Amino acid sequence: MEQTKLVEVQHLQQFFPVSGGSLMEKKVVKAVDDVSFFINKGETLGLVGESGCGKTTTGRTLLRLHEPTDGKIFYAGKDITHVNMLPYRRKMQIVFQDPYASLDPRMTVGDIVGEAIDIHHLAKSSKERQDRIIELLSLVGLNSEHANRYPHEFSGGQRQRVGIARALAVNPEFIVCDEPISALDVSIQAQVVNMFEDLQEQMGLTYLFIAHNLSVVKHISNRIGVMYLGKLVELADSYELTFHSVHPYTRSLISAIPIADPKVNRAAHRIVLQGDVPSPVNPPSGCRFRTRCPYADKCCAESEPEWKEVSPGHFAACHHLDRVK
Amino acid sequence: MNKNETAAAETQTAHNPEYLVEIQHERLSFFTPAGEVKALNDVSLYVREGEVLGIVGESGSGKSVTAYSIMGLTAYPGRLIGGDLWFNNHYINTMTEKQMRKIRGNEVSIIFQDPMTSLNPVYTIGDQIREVILLHTNKTKQQANDRARELLSLVGINEPDKRLKQYPHELSGGMRQRVMIAIALACEPKLLIADEPTTALDVTIQAQILELMMDLKKKLGMAIILITHDLGVVAGTCDRIAVMYAGKVVESGPTDDIFYHPAHEYTKGLLQSIPNLNEQEHKRLIPIEGSPVDMLNPPAGCPFAPRCRSCMKICLNRPPEYTHLTDAHFSACWLLDKAKFEAQGEEKN
Repeated sequence: MEQTKLVEVQHLQQFFPVSGGSLMEKKVVKAVDDVSFFINKGETLGLVGESGCGKTTTGRTLLRLHEPTDGKIFYAGKDITHVNMLPYRRKMQIVFQDPYASLDPRMTVGDIVGEAIDIHHLAKSSKERQDRIIELLSLVGLNSEHANRYPHEFSGGQRQRVGIARALAVNPEFIVCDEPISALDVSIQAQVVNMFEDLQEQMGLTYLFIAHNLSVVKHISNRIGVMYLGKLVELADSYELTFHSVHPYTRSLISAIPIADPKVNRAAHRIVLQGDVPSPVNPPSGCRFRTRCPYADKCCAESEPEWKEVSPGHFAACHHLDRVK
Repeated sequence: MNKNETAAAETQTAHNPEYLVEIQHERLSFFTPAGEVKALNDVSLYVREGEVLGIVGESGSGKSVTAYSIMGLTAYPGRLIGGDLWFNNHYINTMTEKQMRKIRGNEVSIIFQDPMTSLNPVYTIGDQIREVILLHTNKTKQQANDRARELLSLVGINEPDKRLKQYPHELSGGMRQRVMIAIALACEPKLLIADEPTTALDVTIQAQILELMMDLKKKLGMAIILITHDLGVVAGTCDRIAVMYAGKVVESGPTDDIFYHPAHEYTKGLLQSIPNLNEQEHKRLIPIEGSPVDMLNPPAGCPFAPRCRSCMKICLNRPPEYTHLTDAHFSACWLLDKAKFEAQGEEKN
C-alpha cells in the first residue's frame, strides 16, 4: 500500500469552557490536549478509551465540527485549520453513534440520503438523484423501496446503514466512524463491521474508527491509538498494541476486557485498576494516569511524560516504560 | 407458605425443592394497542442455591421480563398468561402484592442497568440504604445507620461516613452501582438479579464491579441471575447459561458446554460473530444475517428459522422441542433431531 498521509493532526487542543465556579475564574475542560497523529490513505486508525477521554471530540474537531483551540489539521497535505470547509465536506464525512438520534424523523430515507447530493449539486436531474439514492441504498444492503420510508420504520441496524449511505452520498475519501456499532445488538454488529470492511475495499476509503470496545477496534483497524483524559497514551500497529503494549493504562484496559472463552477467562491475570477516572476539569498534574497507575511515583506527579517512539511506529507516553513488564 | 399458596401449589406440576428458582412453561404477553406481544413464549429455567445463572440474549429477547417476573414486577400492559413460577418455596403466581412486597428486597433483590437513574436524586445515599433496612428488619435507626456504614465498606466504598450524607449526583457511575449493590444486599437476599449491571460502565469499572459481585457471592453465598448481552461477561462469571431468543430459552447448559459445544444455531452464530481480542490474524466475522424477530408477528415454527443458515422445512412450521444433550445441557433445535428423522425415514422405506 502506498503510504501517503491523508489526514494529520499536530498538537491538537480542544478546550471547552465550563460554567460555575466564581465569577473571576474561567474554568475549561481540556477535552483534547496536545494530540498528534496521522492516518495514511486507505488505512483505518482506531481510537479507544473510556467515556470522557476525548476520543469523540478528537474525531469531531478533526472535521472542524468544533473549532480547535490550538493545533493544526492537515488534509492531503493542506492546512485546513482555518479554511472554508465546504469543499472538504465532500471528502470528509462522519457516521454517528446513535442511529436513533442522528436521522431526522420527519424526512424519508431517500431525502436523508439525497440531502447531501442536493447541497453539493451532485445530480443534474431528479432522475439522476433518484438513481444515485437507490445505488447508495443497495450499496449498504437496503433496497429501493426503503427510500420512501421514514426512519422509525427501521431497526437499529438498518438505521445505521442509512447513516452510512448518507455519509457515502458525496463519494468521500475519509470517514470518521464515531462509535458506529455500540448502539447495535451483538448479532447485528458483525454485519455492520463487515460492511465497513467491504466498503473500504471497494471504494478505497480511509477511516478513523472511534469505539470503546477494543476487540472490535482491533478487528477493523490497522493501527490503534489509546486515549486517557484528553491525551494519547499509546499508539501502535493493532497487533503490536494488543500483544505487546507498553503503557500501564493500555495493559490494564486490555486485561479488563472479558474474553468470550471461559478457559482463557479463568486463566487470565486481571489488572483491576482502582478508583475512577479523574475529572477532566481538574486533571492530575504530570502524568494524568498516575492516580490509578500501579507504577506511579514522585516523578510522575512532577513532569508530564514525553511522547516517545518505543520501536518503529510504536509510540507511548510513560516515565516508567523500562519498569512495566 | 400461607394457605392460599399451599392450595394453589398442590394443583400444580411438581416443583423440585432443590431449586431456589424454578420457572415452568412461562407465558407472558404485553397487550399493546398494536396487538398482543408474546414477550415470553414457554420459558423454563431453574437456579440452584448459590449458583450464578447467566441469561444472554438480544434486546427484546425477554431476558429482563423473565427475571422481573420472579419478583412480580411485570409492567403494565404485561400479563402472565401461563406457566408456574416458584421462588424459595413461594408459588409466585398466586401471591398478592402485599406478600410480594415482603420478599422483595428481603429474599430477592435487583440491580438495574443504569445506576444514574435507579437511585433517587433527592435522598442521600444513607437514606436510601436505611430505608431498606428499616422496612425489612426490626432495627432501630441507629442500628440501621451502623449497618448502612458496614454495607458501604463491604462494597468497597471508602469514607463511608462521608458518603452516607452525599447525594447520588456527587458520585461517579461506578460508585453509584456499588451503592445499588449495597442496597440490594442490605437484607442478605438468597437471590440477586443483576440486570445488565455493567453495560453503562466503562471496561475498567466493569472489571471492578464484576470482581466485587463475585467476591460478595463467595462471602454471602447468594445465587445470582446475571442478565447481559456480553458473552465475555458471562464466560468469566457464570456457572450456567441460558440463551434466549424471541421469548424462548433456545439453549441452556453449563458455561463450558455452551462455549465449547454449542448446540443451537443461534448460539453458534453469536459466538462466531464477535471478534476475539486474542486472535493472531485477521479473520472475517461471520454475522447472523437478517434482523431480529418482529414480536408482534413471530414466525410459526422456530423463531430463529428465518435467520438460520441450516433452516429446514419443519423449522418453519413447528416449534422445536427440547433435546437433552446431557443432563444439564439442552437445546430447542430440529437439527438435533435430524439423525432421528433420517432413521425413521429409512424404517418407512
